[in-house]
Amino acid sequence: MNVRRIDLTSNDSFLFTKVNKDSANKEIAKYPEGRQASAIIAILWIAQKQNNGWLSESAISHVSDFLVMQKIRVLEIATFYSMFNLSPVGKYHIQLCGTTPCMLCGAESLKKVLNKEIGVVGSLTKDKLLSWVEVECLGACCNAPMVQINDYYYEDLDEVSFKKIIKDLKSGKEIKTGSYKGRLTSEPSKDPIVLLDDEIEKINIKRIKPGLK
Amino acid sequence: MQDTKLIIDEKEYMVNSELTVIQALEDIGIEIPRFCFHEKLSIAGNCRMCLIEVVGAPKPAASCHLGVRDLRPGPNGEPPKINTKSEVAKKAQKGAMEFLLANHPLDCPICDQGGECDLQDQAMKFGTDKSRFSENKRAVENKDIGPLVKTVMTRCIHCTRCVRFSTEVAGVSELGATGRGEDMEITTYLEKSMDSELQGNVIDLCPVGALTSKPYEFKARSWELTKTESIDVMDGLGSNIRIDSKGSEVMRIIPRFNDDINEEWISDKARFIWDGLKVQRLDRPYIRINIKLKEVSWSHAIDKVIEKMNQTAPERIGCIAGDMSTAEEMYSMKKLMDKIGSSNYDCRQDSSKLSIDYGRASYIFNPTVNGIEEADGIVIIGSNPRIESPVLNARIRKRWLTGNLKVSLVGEECDLTYPYNYIGNNPNLISDAKKIGLDDCKKIIWLVGGSVVSRDDGLPILSKVVEHALNSGSISDDWNGLSILHTAASRVAGLDIGFVPNRDSLSANNMKNGIETDLLFLLGADEIEIEKGPCVVYIGSHGDIGANRADIILPGSCYTEKNGSYVNTEGRLQEINRAVFPPGNAKDDWTILKLISDKIKQPLDFIDTDSLRKMMFKDCPNLLSFEQHHDHYLEDLRKLSSVKGSILDLKMDINIKDFYMTNPIARSSKVMANCSIQKSKKQ
Repeated sequence: MNVRRIDLTSNDSFLFTKVNKDSANKEIAKYPEGRQASAIIAILWIAQKQNNGWLSESAISHVSDFLVMQKIRVLEIATFYSMFNLSPVGKYHIQLCGTTPCMLCGAESLKKVLNKEIGVVGSLTKDKLLSWVEVECLGACCNAPMVQINDYYYEDLDEVSFKKIIKDLKSGKEIKTGSYKGRLTSEPSKDPIVLLDDEIEKINIKRIKPGLK
Repeated sequence: MQDTKLIIDEKEYMVNSELTVIQALEDIGIEIPRFCFHEKLSIAGNCRMCLIEVVGAPKPAASCHLGVRDLRPGPNGEPPKINTKSEVAKKAQKGAMEFLLANHPLDCPICDQGGECDLQDQAMKFGTDKSRFSENKRAVENKDIGPLVKTVMTRCIHCTRCVRFSTEVAGVSELGATGRGEDMEITTYLEKSMDSELQGNVIDLCPVGALTSKPYEFKARSWELTKTESIDVMDGLGSNIRIDSKGSEVMRIIPRFNDDINEEWISDKARFIWDGLKVQRLDRPYIRINIKLKEVSWSHAIDKVIEKMNQTAPERIGCIAGDMSTAEEMYSMKKLMDKIGSSNYDCRQDSSKLSIDYGRASYIFNPTVNGIEEADGIVIIGSNPRIESPVLNARIRKRWLTGNLKVSLVGEECDLTYPYNYIGNNPNLISDAKKIGLDDCKKIIWLVGGSVVSRDDGLPILSKVVEHALNSGSISDDWNGLSILHTAASRVAGLDIGFVPNRDSLSANNMKNGIETDLLFLLGADEIEIEKGPCVVYIGSHGDIGANRADIILPGSCYTEKNGSYVNTEGRLQEINRAVFPPGNAKDDWTILKLISDKIKQPLDFIDTDSLRKMMFKDCPNLLSFEQHHDHYLEDLRKLSSVKGSILDLKMDINIKDFYMTNPIARSSKVMANCSIQKSKKQ
């Protein structure tokens, strides 16, 4: 990780839309009165969604006013969690998992694709369509290597399938979420070799059932 | 308080079970290294330096957030056992130290904290001699957080004392820790400058050289400094300070512990005023000849004063004492005036209506500063304690944090760092019990600001407050809730001495119009504009408002350059000590008065400060009466409450417009000027 600072170059203004304000108030209502600050992460997330995927200074200011908190307290949270972006991101923000299992299964080759198609880590294409960062484990190691694009996981990737995803994103085609090896979630990639039906039978027979002796 | 038996390093001790282990160990004299733990702040437990071995526990425990009562007895019911010097404990401490030093720069030779650095000292005592860390150290960008605090953030060890101080004590959450892990940084929001009037205290709190004093940057080393214990005179609280000087210069001012007054904080004005002590000084006598001031010798100046005195009838001679005069000076001046035969003297240059007619209880902060912690209700009347006495305000905040405190404010609306019930800005609202709404409180503090009593209707308002306090039971035999918050350090002593005119003589208000006097002594009085007319003799230290108007200037000394006594707003007598000598030909103020008295052949009967003090205490026993129980205060205050007068329907403005510019020393200080500019920019 690098030191994260807010991008101060854009001077946008931020106010919650009516819909987002309502959902933010719903989050606040989950906590006892006077403890509205506890809703900070959920509300920052709503703000980030509204603000094209990143938190600007005006968004942080607005959230701090909204929650009656000191601005520095909001900034502490926003800089602590890598899920909050502090500089503009593309319409499709790609988070590449680079932690050990993904790396061993070929995350490096995905990184090469990103470097070629978008640029160095953290960069944003000129048309503001694509941006990417490398993140720590996203918890889908069974389907390594994988990336997260906006809210969804794209798994079991390789150079070819990943290149196609990026090509589709660029041409505005819809892309399929989940495994790119045709797996359903994280089921075995080949036929199962353990816990086959007859094995399960055997285990069932051996198992001492509680209360029956 | 309940005592528990502990076995510490194979020995049995009885310790208070309400404490944390680190406090208990400190009580019995065992030193545990620490960085993040601080008695006056909440417990963070993030430096890991205070690790000790708890026998039976799987790993070392941080003694700062381990309660004594959380320790479990041994298997056979023997007392809990902890080891502070065992191999386990030592190894843990050495390990924590090695981690802290891994990223700490080795720039002690150019670090201002060098010589008084917790990290240096504890690394010597509890650390190892070498590091196994051979990678690159991290580096952090420095932050610009205002004109007072210099940052070298690479040195920061993330103890978060400064963050906790600004949030908890100062009450302005300005500092925070952004980022995480290796990228954690202490900063203000987008590097805005800090706002608090207590921000200088983070310099003392910082255990390393990350936050140091900007004005003191590279000025001196701690071991070269001569330390003099003294008292702050920037406000009426009388915070305890230590003046560090080198040669003839004051290098810095830092707080001294006094749990009864300032705990361990001082305001920024008290801390950073010292550059004002070196500039704009009056170092030789002057006489005004045709508009221009001309340097003269002492004898010439004194002769001129005597000449004027001889030409003037005693009842047309007056004297006004300033806000930073010592009790000794005012006493000498009063004696001198008595000898001349004039009683036109006044120590209330803000034309305050406080007087000695209603006893001492009518003009001091009766509940005492410590008493704030007992109070359950505070009514602030026409005051902004945050700028009139920031440390006292921090004490109120400390009380508020413990809960069950109701605060109401009548007067100018302001940010006090704690919430209050705003009544309105009109003196007539004081008697509105319903609105103030403290009916269920037993110990109420009626905090009356100096600005209120300096109004024309100051006395009727005060009387109303007292009447209301008497009715509500907050002035009774065991609790006197009337609290005057003085902003002038000299005021209570002045009243104790009786440096106020009697019925027939002139008050400061009468003297300043320039008609009723021909010769006016200003004893460091700089907050009052004297009209044309009288010949003004200014005895003081700085070329400010008083010296500007003066016809004869007799250079005196500042509070760092003399011995003397002050009485703080609660009526507590405290002594200041000389740290350095006054510049040039300037003298101790009381010796100037002695010189004049000798020349007019009516010498004052003392030859040194000791004999002066002895006489003063004999004549004015009030000065020493702190902590004495007054049976008659109820009577006095009842008398005060019967004073009737019309209360004007005017807003209650606060006299202090700019916290950083309240006295001649502050107005001479460049640092204070910078702070003032910074503040006005923000508004």
